[in-house]
Amino acid sequence: MLNRYPLWKTLLVALTVIVGFLFAAPNLYEADHALQVSGVRGAKVDVETFDRVKSKLAKQIDIKSAVLEDGQILVRLKDLDAQLKARELTTQLLGEKYTVALNMAATTPSWLEAIGASPLNLGLDLRGGIYFLMEVDMKDLLKTTRDQMVVDFKSDLRGEKIRYRSIRWQPEGVVLKFRDEAAADKALSFLKTRYAKINLRQLNADPLTIRANMSDAMLRETKLAAVEQNITIIRSRVNELGVAEPDVQRQGEDRIVVQLPGIQDTARAKELLGATATLEFHMVDQRASSGSVPAGSKVYQQREGGSVVLYKKVMLRGTHITGANAGFSQQSSQPEVSIKLDAKGGNKMSEGTKDNIGKPMATVFIEYKPTGKVDKNGKQILKKIEEVISVATINDRLGRNFVITGLDSPGEAHQLSLLLRAGALRAPIQIVEERTVGPSLGKENIELGATAIAIGLVGVLLFMLVYYRGFGVVSNIALAANVVLIIGVMSSLLGATLTLPGMAGIVLTVGMAVDANVLIFERIREELAAGRSPQQAIHHGYDSAFSTIFDANITTLIAAIILFSFGAGPIKGFAITLSVGIVTSVFTAVVVTRTLVNLWVGGKRVDKLSI
Amino acid sequence: MFKIFKSDHAINFMALRKLAIVFSLFMIVGSAAVVGVSKLNLGLDFTGGTVIEVGFSQEADLKKVRTILGDNGFADAIVQNFGSPRDVLVRLAPRDDIKPETLGSDVLKLLNEKTGQNVEMRRIEFVGPKVGDELTEKGGLAMLAALICILIYVAFRFEWRFALGAVVALVHDVFITIGLFAILQLEFDLTVLAAILAVIGYSLNDTIVVSDRIRENFRKLRTGTPAEIINISLTQTMSRTLITSLTTIIVLLALFFKGGALIHGFATALLFGVFIGTYSSVYVASSIALALGITKEDLMPVEVEVEGEEHEEFQL
Repeated sequence: MLNRYPLWKTLLVALTVIVGFLFAAPNLYEADHALQVSGVRGAKVDVETFDRVKSKLAKQIDIKSAVLEDGQILVRLKDLDAQLKARELTTQLLGEKYTVALNMAATTPSWLEAIGASPLNLGLDLRGGIYFLMEVDMKDLLKTTRDQMVVDFKSDLRGEKIRYRSIRWQPEGVVLKFRDEAAADKALSFLKTRYAKINLRQLNADPLTIRANMSDAMLRETKLAAVEQNITIIRSRVNELGVAEPDVQRQGEDRIVVQLPGIQDTARAKELLGATATLEFHMVDQRASSGSVPAGSKVYQQREGGSVVLYKKVMLRGTHITGANAGFSQQSSQPEVSIKLDAKGGNKMSEGTKDNIGKPMATVFIEYKPTGKVDKNGKQILKKIEEVISVATINDRLGRNFVITGLDSPGEAHQLSLLLRAGALRAPIQIVEERTVGPSLGKENIELGATAIAIGLVGVLLFMLVYYRGFGVVSNIALAANVVLIIGVMSSLLGATLTLPGMAGIVLTVGMAVDANVLIFERIREELAAGRSPQQAIHHGYDSAFSTIFDANITTLIAAIILFSFGAGPIKGFAITLSVGIVTSVFTAVVVTRTLVNLWVGGKRVDKLSI
Repeated sequence: MFKIFKSDHAINFMALRKLAIVFSLFMIVGSAAVVGVSKLNLGLDFTGGTVIEVGFSQEADLKKVRTILGDNGFADAIVQNFGSPRDVLVRLAPRDDIKPETLGSDVLKLLNEKTGQNVEMRRIEFVGPKVGDELTEKGGLAMLAALICILIYVAFRFEWRFALGAVVALVHDVFITIGLFAILQLEFDLTVLAAILAVIGYSLNDTIVVSDRIRENFRKLRTGTPAEIINISLTQTMSRTLITSLTTIIVLLALFFKGGALIHGFATALLFGVFIGTYSSVYVASSIALALGITKEDLMPVEVEVEGEEHEEFQL
């Protein structure tokens, strides 16, 4: 029979729309103003901290709820005022070792969460915040790596008593020149065993010359290590900022994207991210007894709590570190960090440790951080923060390569190696793109976007109703279902981020989604005018319009996908909603309306259609 | 039945096609000339530089803001209202002497101190020159890739004459929309680029609907010259063309008036694009297919592949 769907088909369509609605539903619940407390610098948020915070806050303000989860406290509050007050109180209570971040916590009911539904992520342009694109300066990094090669080769060959005439960096690589072939041969075989990742080649034309280049693998490794090291530093600094959901990611070969939603003080954030860190090695002063600090020594705080007295004299600065890797000791299979120094650093270390075997040595991590205050000249006042990150006993006279042992876990070894490398930050970062949106503009953008969607939607609904009457109602239901499906797919299935251009994409989809219905309905009118019966007109209308609808939407989808892969921030959001909208609109405009029309007139005797 | 467009007989659209081609050529050449002479007012995304949007508590005195910035080493600053009289946009070219990290906050502090008003930071955007160049290059490539993919798809689904007609129509739309931005000196930023790609999508939608009907009628109707059949097809699809344009314009007007200043360029490009895209699917795409000598045989479902021979028959 014409225009009847089997029951299962009708139910399947209904089910799809209902599931779409459920996935979109979390957006109906307004988010709570919340406070998020987490520990930094080794401080842990435990039950005791939780109780302290909870009881202090409960005394002074109304809190909706407070939970301890994944080492973080989440306190939900009634409104913005309560949120700000709570932050003040919590910061006073906990001090510097904890960060207290403002956040908006979703209030999705648990039964919706259970099916995997969640509200839309809002982009920075809608919630306010900072987006940075940073570039790691590879030129500088490669230059220092090259210079390092020159210095290393010189000291190695000297150490092996191989005489060379010159070692110099030239555009084609590091060029080593020797006086006789024997020396060149000897140097080549020695360096080859020592530096597996450097391409070494004796020139055929001139056997007295060896040319050295970094292998591609080494180049890649060096770059990757530099970027990852920078990411680690940025992450740890971002944690200090008190941002609820920071996002730090590598992009491409040499870039880092930092997104800090909801942050207010952008100047401070930028200063903090740009702060420099260094590393120093000091001997532990064992003369010190409790209460008295000998002259020439100083008390240092340890990152893990407690303090230790160190000689003020710096044995070695972190700028000499050329590499640090976490691994396991071959004898005891305990975690350790192996450190590589440059030639000068090796000599210093060797001098410094030869009389200190059996004594403890400390590694101090030094950071300069902005205080947020400025001096008379308008320059930021920086605060020097020194922390002891490890204390280890010197087992032997140390040279250019040594290991630090006595670490608790592989994780700690990894962390230490990152910090050691961070101390010797050799690839500076530079902000190449910034987009900061103030909180008020973010809010305004949401309102503007929502208004535009609402007005556009109502306009189109009215038009369709007036123009197509009964069938207009059908297409309007489908259009509403389409908007719900777009939001449902975006928030729960894709976990996509909604931006202002994304909202524009939804508006545009609303306008264009009715196209499929217009095509179908116009066809039905034509068929009716050609004298077909209503049932046949519906049947042919849908059938003959389908291939047109399909082709038209596929080509638009091609444009949308290319837009997406083009991928620059603000455009991506638009491309996502447009792509999702195209797919859902074909479903709603063709399948949903057909189901409704079939339920409405299918299988009945109809003389006239309301179209 | 309420009808937006009514016609009992086929309207002779193709009678005007010579005029339309002259008009389109004029518009394309004109757009290219305008872009060449007065250049596009490229936005921050492409040029690099810094944009700072600030909100004043009262109506902002732009002259005063300019003087303050000029007196303090920002003589090149472009100052204008943005969205409302209280919102001010300051645009600065990339510069070497000040670190981009601090530029935004520097300007903000300056305005806060010297205007005596409480100035609120609404938005800071900085794009480095390198990123700007990359975006320009990627944007051009995206446009090209979109056109090529569409050309391939339409050629595969329809026929090469339609594909060429469709793509020429799209290039036509892109050119003229860009020309409009150059003539009016509207800011051309990333959102406008997105809008132009959306215009490509929209215009294509239209072209495909029309081409589809032409193909159908070529197969169905036994009599008539190609021009007559195209006229019949255009007449039949005209009410759909108008209705879809209308609903799209409804939502675009909502965006244009209510979407806020950030979306303005986007809405402008699309509004204009909808008009030009509708025109081009009627006149550019169909005229080209006709000029390339589309015939009934070309669109008949093929039994034996004879395309190679066909190509040789046409001399253009």
